[in-house]
Amino acid sequence: MRDRAGPASSAVTVAEPERPQFDAIVVGAGPAGSAAALELARAGNSVALLERGPFPGAKNVYGGVVYGRILDELIPGWYDEMPVQRWITRRQTMLLDGERSMTVDFRSQNWGRAPYNGATTYRAEFDDWLAGHAQKAGAVLVPSTVATRLLCTERGRVVGVRTDRPDGDLTAKVVIACDGVNSFLAKQAGLFPGDQAEHTTLGVKETLALPARTIDERFGVSGHEGVDIEMLGCTQGIPGGGFLYTNYDTLSVGLVLGLKGLAKAGKRPEEVLAELKRHPSIQPLVRGAELVEYSAHLIPEGGYDTMPQLVGDGLLVAGDAAAMCLAAGIWLEGVNFAMGSGMYAGRAASKALTSGDLGDLRAYRTLLESSFVLADHKKLRKAPELVLSERVQQRYPGLVCDLVEGMFTVENPRPKPGVRKLLRASAKRNGVKMRELARDALTGLRSFG
Amino acid sequence: MNQRYSDVSFEDRMSHVDFRVAEQPHIVVDTDVCRSCTTKTCVHACPANLFVPTAEGGILFNYEQCFECGTCYLMCDGGDAISWSYPDGGQGVVFRHG
Repeated sequence: MRDRAGPASSAVTVAEPERPQFDAIVVGAGPAGSAAALELARAGNSVALLERGPFPGAKNVYGGVVYGRILDELIPGWYDEMPVQRWITRRQTMLLDGERSMTVDFRSQNWGRAPYNGATTYRAEFDDWLAGHAQKAGAVLVPSTVATRLLCTERGRVVGVRTDRPDGDLTAKVVIACDGVNSFLAKQAGLFPGDQAEHTTLGVKETLALPARTIDERFGVSGHEGVDIEMLGCTQGIPGGGFLYTNYDTLSVGLVLGLKGLAKAGKRPEEVLAELKRHPSIQPLVRGAELVEYSAHLIPEGGYDTMPQLVGDGLLVAGDAAAMCLAAGIWLEGVNFAMGSGMYAGRAASKALTSGDLGDLRAYRTLLESSFVLADHKKLRKAPELVLSERVQQRYPGLVCDLVEGMFTVENPRPKPGVRKLLRASAKRNGVKMRELARDALTGLRSFG
Repeated sequence: MNQRYSDVSFEDRMSHVDFRVAEQPHIVVDTDVCRSCTTKTCVHACPANLFVPTAEGGILFNYEQCFECGTCYLMCDGGDAISWSYPDGGQGVVFRHG
């Protein structure tokens, strides 16, 4: 049987290779890995970029939008060539409760023009495009190949990876693990702490075909403009959230569900999703659209406090493997953090390769801290917990809907109630103490403010 | 066109996903361990619905339409019941619209 990568796989001890085959091996040709390989190859290093799927993106799923600013640095002029479905010009945050919903809806036509803000894309196309840039810069893409184990010297330095190919050991001076949310390589290196299930969510998504013109009409956009809707209160009590966004002639609608909450609820993910699609605010948007793909993937949502050690001996960890997804309620980002972390990992590795001192790999953390990648994560370290808390998940959507319904239900001949009184009544009805509300508001302000 | 989504059978749902099915399973479930498991979380949590309880209280598992997500091994309450790995390179799920 071929060698396999899984939770039970372990590193193998090897003699230090006299002449490593590559300067660097990057495992995983997702946005983190391809960004790392691109930086390394550009700096003149020999790079192997391993991908377990038949092509980059084949194993990848995401729930939203690729934000482009980091691409300005990686691939200048990216927006003229990136495989884009629609440019997001309309961004909504929706709170759902029963048959009600309350939406904050923002539109900016600026986002539909260069230099753009964010776009929807298919990962099979986007990841392939990014990996293509790494290849053009000189990286060697090795698809259909699983990196099953780290190769380590007796002293614990990572000097390569074993693959599932015959005679598949590959050696390098540096290894960058961008092997995704399950990252068996980071686990083999002992860099991963704690109970992963606690802060991992399951994303399930349906891609639904709908004519482009119908999408334009239903979502109030035209041409290549698109909409991104993030939802809270649509997961039947399971901590998580929902999303709906427009591609050119398909919609992506899905849920993220906390694993522990899902276990407790005893519900099937696609049934929770079917319920969301029946909500009166969602049903008219997805009506008649036909399923073209169903997908699922894990998401590392815990943020800063759940990240593994990012630097090992001869090893760097980036992207989902390093829990770089930002799940902070109003901000839900991942691909940009993956590309950012990968880019800085590539730079730090280049520096170490030039100096010949593997201690220089530590620059990776410094680069991340002085950029959005760890600055945002650190600032928002309390946000994932707040967003997935019982009050935000199960009480606040109802509280907000009660408040707004109270404000706009005209009760003539009764005079209008004061907002403060309404808030107190709504809080009470939803089992929220004003003290708790104030405390959460403060935590929110400290994180988001 | 106007059929309700709840009407999409699970089989139908999975027929829209592309799989390159390997000859050997990449995940093996030890049904003897499952028999003593009281929660059987895998049965409802697996997004591909691959874990089927048997009349004898065990689990019947089919690897062929696996998303390779990792939910089952992270949630398994049965210790070593699930021997989990990625499929060999190039095999398994191929997402087109992920």
